[in-house]
Amino acid sequence: MDEKDLLLLRLLEENSRLSSEELGLMAELSTEEAGRRITSLEENRIIRRYTTIIDWERAADGGVAAVIELKVNPERDFGYDRIAERLANFPEVRALRLITGVYDLQLVVTGKTMQEVARFVSESIAPMDRIRETATHIVMKTYKENGQCFYEREAGERIPYSF
Amino acid sequence: MRNFLSARAKAIPPSGIRKFFDLAVSMEGVISLGVGEPDFPTPWHICEASIYSIEQGGTSYTSNRGLLPLREALSVWLRQHYNLSYSADEEMIITTGVSEGLDIAVRAITDPGDEIIIAEPSYVSYSPCVTLAGGVPVPVQCREKDHFRVNPDSLMEKVTSRSKAVIINFPNNPTGAVMRKEHLSAIADIITDHDLLLISDEVYSELTYDGIHVSPASLDGMWERTITLNGFSKAYAMTGWRIGYFCAPPEICDAALKIHQYVMLCAPVMGQVAALEGLRRGEAEKDRMVQEYRVRRNVFVKGLNKIGLSCHLPEGAFYAFPSVEKSCLSDNEFAERLLTEEHVAVVPGSVLGRGGEDHCRCAYAVSRENLEEALTRMERFMHRI
Repeated sequence: MDEKDLLLLRLLEENSRLSSEELGLMAELSTEEAGRRITSLEENRIIRRYTTIIDWERAADGGVAAVIELKVNPERDFGYDRIAERLANFPEVRALRLITGVYDLQLVVTGKTMQEVARFVSESIAPMDRIRETATHIVMKTYKENGQCFYEREAGERIPYSF
Repeated sequence: MRNFLSARAKAIPPSGIRKFFDLAVSMEGVISLGVGEPDFPTPWHICEASIYSIEQGGTSYTSNRGLLPLREALSVWLRQHYNLSYSADEEMIITTGVSEGLDIAVRAITDPGDEIIIAEPSYVSYSPCVTLAGGVPVPVQCREKDHFRVNPDSLMEKVTSRSKAVIINFPNNPTGAVMRKEHLSAIADIITDHDLLLISDEVYSELTYDGIHVSPASLDGMWERTITLNGFSKAYAMTGWRIGYFCAPPEICDAALKIHQYVMLCAPVMGQVAALEGLRRGEAEKDRMVQEYRVRRNVFVKGLNKIGLSCHLPEGAFYAFPSVEKSCLSDNEFAERLLTEEHVAVVPGSVLGRGGEDHCRCAYAVSRENLEEALTRMERFMHRI
């Protein structure tokens, strides 16, 4: 990893549809060199996948998201890993982290309706072994996701010419 | 009734592109490459610091020289980054943008009839500032074959017994040119030999893409005869805050301070607080913006060359300065037709002084999407004419 790799990652994080040619031009590398570096970043699993940031509220999909916090009894030898991996298998779980503080694990869960999310938590998550306590927070509005602001910012007035 | 206007006010020309300005404002969907300011908003932590200080009642005058903590931080910063030694107490004034710094610099040193040599093409206010101070602006042309740097021989030709100072601006607006150490040394020798003063506007210093910025006052024998002007507008995306700084040896600084205290009193305190925050914690955001300008430069300049607007790779600032020769139009016609026919605003080079003819200034401090769209429109335009 060097400066150029970091620049490529930053450019791709912002727009993963850029071609090797475009990336090379931007980062002052040949097309081949840019391609080779990206392949290597993929192989090293630094680039995990190419995806899209979607404002689902705008897409009027009507989905519901919740942040769920769990208190978990860690396992001897495995700590939190095995229970976390089991939780991660549920497609409803969009994000999962081990955190400091009152709770141990934090999940972001999505579903079609509030009932669906509630049922998932109460029927699939809460009864699992080693989970002592859950706290469910329904997401009311998303302002920013993956570094992208979802609200319209009023652009300042910009004059057409200045010297 | 008498004509009340002074000869000096009458002597300075009106803006060369007023008609373009009016035209652009009346149009829909204009992509402007005409604005010399970052398209980024000021980093939020800087705004937040200023808002907080207003809430705490920080709304009064500051000392004439500016907030001491800001001057102290700048003194350290200048030493670390540019190897410049300016004391916060005696050799620095916080100004209302570099524009004010330039004005007080010129007024502090110019007597009627003094010749001030100005490296052109340049920012538009140098020459009028000299005229208003009673001096005589003497342009020295920076040529494309010299990568728009000041050629020592050309400079020598302009030096007379009336010469007092030289104004330069590198990284340069409008050409993006950079003077490296060896180039600066060559003109420093002339300045020293002829006992001249250098006014160095370095507002784009942090936007140096290849190598590091060399500040002329850091060269041997130049500190004593240099006024260093810099500011926060470009590097920290803080144009509207109007904060610059003036650095010079104590005698010159004191003279400029007298003018500053009578005409400006002090720079706005909100902006000074913001600038201090930028200096303390703005490095990462600044670097991110500079990296983005560099990416845009690479894409944009390649695109210009591809469509026949030949352009050297600018090493600093956020301007490309392509030749419009291939369009067979004058730079004024080119800019006017590009605006009316394709709604892309660029600045015709001839309004930026000698050597600007047949070129146009394109600021690439606009989003990559808009840059791409501007290139598409310019390509269509070049095919059609």
